[in-house]
Amino acid sequence: MSDPHGHSHSHPPHPYQPDLEDAPLTHYQILELAVAELLIEKGIFTGDDMRRVLENIDSRSPADGAKVIARAWVDPEFKSRLMADTNAAAAELGIDAGTIPIHTVENTPEVHNVIVCTLCSCYPRLLLGLPPDWYKSRAYRSRLVREPRAVLAEFGTELPDDIEVRVHDSTAELRYLVLPMRPAGTEGLDEAALADFVTRDCMIGVTLPRSPDG
Amino acid sequence: MSVPRFPVGAAVRIRRAYPPGHVRAPFYLRGCAGAVNQIVGEMGDPEELAYGRGKGQPVTVYRVRLRQPDIWPDYAGPPHDTLVVDVYENWLEANGEEGP
Repeated sequence: MSDPHGHSHSHPPHPYQPDLEDAPLTHYQILELAVAELLIEKGIFTGDDMRRVLENIDSRSPADGAKVIARAWVDPEFKSRLMADTNAAAAELGIDAGTIPIHTVENTPEVHNVIVCTLCSCYPRLLLGLPPDWYKSRAYRSRLVREPRAVLAEFGTELPDDIEVRVHDSTAELRYLVLPMRPAGTEGLDEAALADFVTRDCMIGVTLPRSPDG
Repeated sequence: MSVPRFPVGAAVRIRRAYPPGHVRAPFYLRGCAGAVNQIVGEMGDPEELAYGRGKGQPVTVYRVRLRQPDIWPDYAGPPHDTLVVDVYENWLEANGEEGP
């Protein structure tokens, strides 16, 4: 009978993906579990409340931010309201952007904006979902403020020297969203089609929306 | 509501101070000069809130714009590149020199 695996098993076993429990819990993971258990035990909230909050966080994605940007591209009055009060403008589209004020910064032919939180990982989660791991990395947080053009180039974004690169370090109870410029060649597209050009990374400011012209 | 100490455009410097505890002024900007870009409004003071204090004492938050060469003398990019940072009023002092 032939070995269905195609070879004999005389060699050492395959490496396996470790289970979650194989790594020890950190001090703060234990603290978080203990505080959550205490709050539930004391009746401050229920386990179901906590699950619903986590579900809400997990349900958010850059598609929400993209809807907001696409509307701003087609509707100049909406854009003015977005620049004045991003949370209220998002609510017009049925998107709950939460209570922490979000501030939209607009890219122009003269200025390119890019966001970082050097202290931790502040991010407009209710418009963009959870931040990517690189956004939270020490390398991104320390390098973006020191050599922004080198970091942008690693994302494939090479900007001419006559454009001002404006880095926003998000250190207070504010969040930032980049309004990219509408790409050339999208003149005939409707709002839904435009939203496909708005990626997470261009709302952080590390890339530009691609143009359908290539 | 307290009156903001600095108007938009004011030349300011982020204090060169190194207190212990929860601090929101990034280390790399302490002592750097810039100009007030925007007055955001009043917010709870995170340096007090972190210890369960200060709920009644909001602090004015500013967006301060700095020229990159004023942060990094050997900045590699063009001199008109900038950085904008949220700063709590207790971290700002008036600066006689011109801002960006």
